[in-house]
Amino acid sequence: MDFAFLLECFKRLLAGVPLTLGLSLFSCAIGLVLASAICAMRLSKKVWLDYPARGFVSIFRGTPLLVQLFVIYYGLGQFSWLRESFAWTYLREAYWCVLAALALNTAAYTSEILRGGINSVQHGQIESALSVGLRKDQIWRCVILPQAWRQMLPAYGNEIILQIKSTSLASIVTLMEVTGIAAKLVSQSYRPIEVFVCAGALYLLFNFVVTRAVTLMESRLTRGMRR
Amino acid sequence: MQLKSLMLSAVLFSSVCASFANADDSQVIRIATEGAYAPWNFVKPGGQLDGFEIELARDLCDRMKAKCEISAHDWDGLIPSLNGGQIDAIMAGMSITPKRQEVIGFSRTYAAPLNGFLVLANSSLAKLPGDAKSIDLDKDETGAEALINQMAPLLKGKVIGVQGSTTASAFAEKYLSKVVEVREYKTVDAHNMDLMSGRIDAVLANAVVLKLATQDPSLKGTNMAGPIFSGGVFGPGIGIGLRKSDTALKAKFDEAITAAVKDGTVKKLSEKWLKFDVTPLE
Repeated sequence: MDFAFLLECFKRLLAGVPLTLGLSLFSCAIGLVLASAICAMRLSKKVWLDYPARGFVSIFRGTPLLVQLFVIYYGLGQFSWLRESFAWTYLREAYWCVLAALALNTAAYTSEILRGGINSVQHGQIESALSVGLRKDQIWRCVILPQAWRQMLPAYGNEIILQIKSTSLASIVTLMEVTGIAAKLVSQSYRPIEVFVCAGALYLLFNFVVTRAVTLMESRLTRGMRR
Repeated sequence: MQLKSLMLSAVLFSSVCASFANADDSQVIRIATEGAYAPWNFVKPGGQLDGFEIELARDLCDRMKAKCEISAHDWDGLIPSLNGGQIDAIMAGMSITPKRQEVIGFSRTYAAPLNGFLVLANSSLAKLPGDAKSIDLDKDETGAEALINQMAPLLKGKVIGVQGSTTASAFAEKYLSKVVEVREYKTVDAHNMDLMSGRIDAVLANAVVLKLATQDPSLKGTNMAGPIFSGGVFGPGIGIGLRKSDTALKAKFDEAITAAVKDGTVKKLSEKWLKFDVTPLE
C-alpha cells in the first residue's frame, strides 16, 4: 500500500461525493413522498386504488434496479414521440433518468415499510380511541403515526443505506459519482486495490453517519418504553 | 490390455509428430491471429480464417518467400504463446503500446490508428470542417490544432461521447474538453445508442469501427464528419507482434510491410475489408 497514492485517490474521489449524496438524498425524499401516496392507495380499501398500487410495488420490487435504469435510460430513448415531447428535456440527461429509477425503486420498498409500520398498530387501540371520541385525524396523528414511525424506523434506516449504495449504478450511464471516478482511476493507474478500498471507505463513512443518526432517533422515540 | 497399447501408440505417435514439427520449424513462420475480430480476422462458416489481416499475412509471406502457417488463438494466450515459442508472429489487430513493448517486440505498423467523428447526418455537426482528411498528430500537430480551432465554433457547447480509458478519451480530454462536454461510456455500442437518441451530439472513436457502424441498419442516419486523426495520443498503430530476440524476422517483416504499403496492397486490402484506407502515413 502506497499512502501517498491513497491520499491522491481520496482527493480525486471527493469530487464525486456531492453527486453520490445528492442522488441519495433527493431520491429518498422523492421516494418517501411517492411511497406515502402508494401506501395510502393500498390502505384505502378501494379496488381501483389498491390494485394499481400493488402492481407498481410488485413490478419495482420484483425487477433489478439495474434493469429499471436501463429501461428508463436506453428504453425510453427509442420512442421518437417521447424524444420530441417536453419530457425529453429531462430524460435526455442521465441525472434525471438515474434519479427517476432510484426514486421509483425506493418508493416501492418504502411503501411496504410504511404499510407494515401502520398495520403493526393494534386494532384494539384504534377502537379504544374511537370509543373515547377521538376524530379520525386525531387518531392518525396521536395514536397510529407515532407508533408506526417507531416500528418502521429500523427498516427505513436499512432502506436509506441500500439507497446510498445503489447510487453506484449511476456510473453505468455516464454519471461520474464516487464509483464512476474510481473505475476511471483504476483504468488509468492499474491499481484496483487502493482505489476501490478508498471508494469503499467513503461509502462506509456515509453509511456510518446514517446508522448513527437512525440509532439516535430510535433511542429518542423509544424513550418512554425503555426500562 | 488393448487400451494400454492404444495409449502407448498414441503417445509414440504424438511424440513423433512433435519431433517432425520441430524439425521444419526454421522454414515455417507460424503466424497467430485471434479469428474473432471481424473484419480484421475471423473464422468463416466453413472453418477457414479470413479477413484483412489474413490476406495481408499471405501477401507478406509471398514477399518474404517464406512458408507461413496461420492459426487462430485465444486473445489472452497470444503474447504468452509468442514468448513461449509456440508461435512466431501475432497479427491480430494488436496496437503497439508501451506496456506491450515491455514484453514483446513489434514490426513497423501496417495499419494507422485512425479515429474520427460519427454524427447524425441531419445535425449541424454534419458540416464539421476537415472533410475526412487524415492528420497525423506526430507529424503535423500545429495543423491538427489549427483544424481543431476551426471546428471549435461548431462544437461549442456540444456533448461528445467516447469509450472510457481509450486513446479516443485521451484525445478528447487533451484537445476538446475546453469547448465540449466529454462523456465517457463503457462500450462503443452504448455511445452509439445515445447518439441515436440525441443525448450526445457526436461520437469520437476508431474510424474503421465507426465506418462499419454507419452501415448498421439500427444506426441509420449517422455519418462520419470532420477530419480523421492518428498518431500522437492515439499511438503508433497496429503492428506484427514478434519476440524481441527475433531481429532477423522483424527486418524481413518490416521490409515486406514497407513494400506492401508502397505498392498499394495495404490500401487495396484495407479498402476491401475495412471500407477504409488504413495505410500508415509515410
